[in-house]
Amino acid sequence: MTDKNKSVLANALDNTVSWVDERFPLTSNIKAHLTEYYAPKNFNFWYFFGSLAMLVLVLQIVTGIFLTMHYKPDADLAFGSVEYIMRDVPWGWLIRYMHSTGASMFFVVVYLHMFRGIIYSSYRNPRELIWLFGVAIFLCLMGEAFFGYLLPWGQMSYWGAQVIVNLFSAIPFVGPDVSEWLRGDYLVSDATLNRFFAFHVIALPLVLLGLVVTHLIALHEVGSNNPDGIEIKKLKDKKTGIPLDGIAFHPYYTVKDLVGVVVFLMVFSAIIFFAPEMGGYFLEANNFVPADALKTPAHIAPVWYFTPYYSILRAVPPVMNSQFPGVAAMGLSVMVFALLPWLDKGAVKSIRYRGSLYKKWLAAFVVSFIVLGYLGTVPSNIWGQFGSMLGNADRATVVARVFTVIYFAFFILMPWYTKKDKTLPVPERVTG
Amino acid sequence: MSDNQHDKHQSSSQQEAPSHIDAEKRKFLIATSAVGAVGVAAVAVPFVKSMTPSERAKAAGAPVEVDISKIEPGTMMTAEWRGKPVWIINRTDEMTAELAKHNDQLSDPNCDVISQQPSYCKNADRSIKPNLAVIVGICTHLGCSPTAKLQVGGDMGDKWVGGFFCPCHGSKFDLAGRVYKGSPAPINLVVPPYKYLTDNTLLIGVDTEVKA
Repeated sequence: MTDKNKSVLANALDNTVSWVDERFPLTSNIKAHLTEYYAPKNFNFWYFFGSLAMLVLVLQIVTGIFLTMHYKPDADLAFGSVEYIMRDVPWGWLIRYMHSTGASMFFVVVYLHMFRGIIYSSYRNPRELIWLFGVAIFLCLMGEAFFGYLLPWGQMSYWGAQVIVNLFSAIPFVGPDVSEWLRGDYLVSDATLNRFFAFHVIALPLVLLGLVVTHLIALHEVGSNNPDGIEIKKLKDKKTGIPLDGIAFHPYYTVKDLVGVVVFLMVFSAIIFFAPEMGGYFLEANNFVPADALKTPAHIAPVWYFTPYYSILRAVPPVMNSQFPGVAAMGLSVMVFALLPWLDKGAVKSIRYRGSLYKKWLAAFVVSFIVLGYLGTVPSNIWGQFGSMLGNADRATVVARVFTVIYFAFFILMPWYTKKDKTLPVPERVTG
Repeated sequence: MSDNQHDKHQSSSQQEAPSHIDAEKRKFLIATSAVGAVGVAAVAVPFVKSMTPSERAKAAGAPVEVDISKIEPGTMMTAEWRGKPVWIINRTDEMTAELAKHNDQLSDPNCDVISQQPSYCKNADRSIKPNLAVIVGICTHLGCSPTAKLQVGGDMGDKWVGGFFCPCHGSKFDLAGRVYKGSPAPINLVVPPYKYLTDNTLLIGVDTEVKA
């Protein structure tokens, strides 16, 4: 297979590739997923966050591997080993800050990625499974964040784990046994730390990687949605069979995504070098105090990415001497995203062609997500109490209740308002 | 792409070939799969069980002896029992008098949820001796340790008569560990089994009812 017009090196490369191709589908996979995977040509800003999530995943795995070389999953040694990484391990501080900042940035990127999916209805037919795999990735990510947060064995680690594990004890009948089984002890202890380490560094990363692969396989099977919410596969070039509005993922979107990567890394580095604790939002002050089983810090709050759900948990009052309704509401507030493909009855997919009714509900949802997120970071008595007329209720709690109702109404009423909404006509071809 | 389609085509034409179903073989395969599934479930048991508390964890629950002579009236101390904080509060007479006055604001003023205290503490003060309260300092909501706000008023507002405030989710308790209505915590704090060894020494974790 030598070509006289090519150099010796180019011929050697060709021969190597064809040798591999006879034994492994290398070229065909590169074509199917990169050079001949046709994505809509009108991707905008919102389409950066999928590839950025992959970048952060890689960063977390690499920095995580290096952290495990020095970290000790032992209740007596864990806190000290993190400080050892910060002070004595060469460049340990950088690797640890990359990992802790990466955790928060993972959620920033994933929340924006999910928001993109919502505004362009990327979850709808035929992309329901992509969305469901995505929700599973999100749940897995929450698990990773939670298990990882116990590892430094600070006060917030300890009491955060105490609260979350106790959430399971609210489940009727089997609850207390389940939370004891999760802890492996009657309180959060060395046994808990050791197993959370196993979940954080082995079990969940494996699941996460598997889910990312299925997410991408499903995506590449049906093709990407786009800001116009129309199917580019409907109009193909008659000769080549390539969608008229499609461009090859590589080189067009790999190059576009590289710009996103550069900007992202600038922000990421700025945080690592100038504000790794992010004013207590990325690394909380109380977590610089070793875990103390006898004393809860005066103000405990989860890391920012959990606070909307935590607010919902706090807002729902107990019913019949059981805190289960609050726990169930919190669980639902996360799981309800999985129902979106079936709740949305709109005639169009993209927000560009939706009517004002949908936009108002979406705005109300975004506002309630942010307000609940804020309220979850502050004590429930921050705005004082209402008078005795309203049972001396905490003002912030009442506000959280109102926004919890709006949060769920966005989902529950979606079949109604998306159907009733006055939509605009959708174009044949993608627009700018 | 064209290769794939070719493969699919071939395999589907192969599947059309068998015209009858071998019921005997199918029964055998189903039975084999069922036995296999039972085997997998059986193997899962040791893995699930390995996560329950170990023998060492079970053994670490011995009663603790506490010297209470140095607790001034109106103050408290915290002891550790089974890894949990146990508050010992020396209530003043004003504090114990207040306990009867706010029953209407409590979820369970008469301590009817029997799991939350030994029978000998199911009384107005939830204690053996009215002034000395012994309470497990773990919120019945999600297991945080509430902060002592023993004094009247202060940062808890004018209507506060002294008690405990859980920083995690805002549950409020009175000085007998009884939960206020409207708190996320559903039931009163736990009173552990305890007894007086002498006037100044408590044994927490064991009571006179339990025969050693």
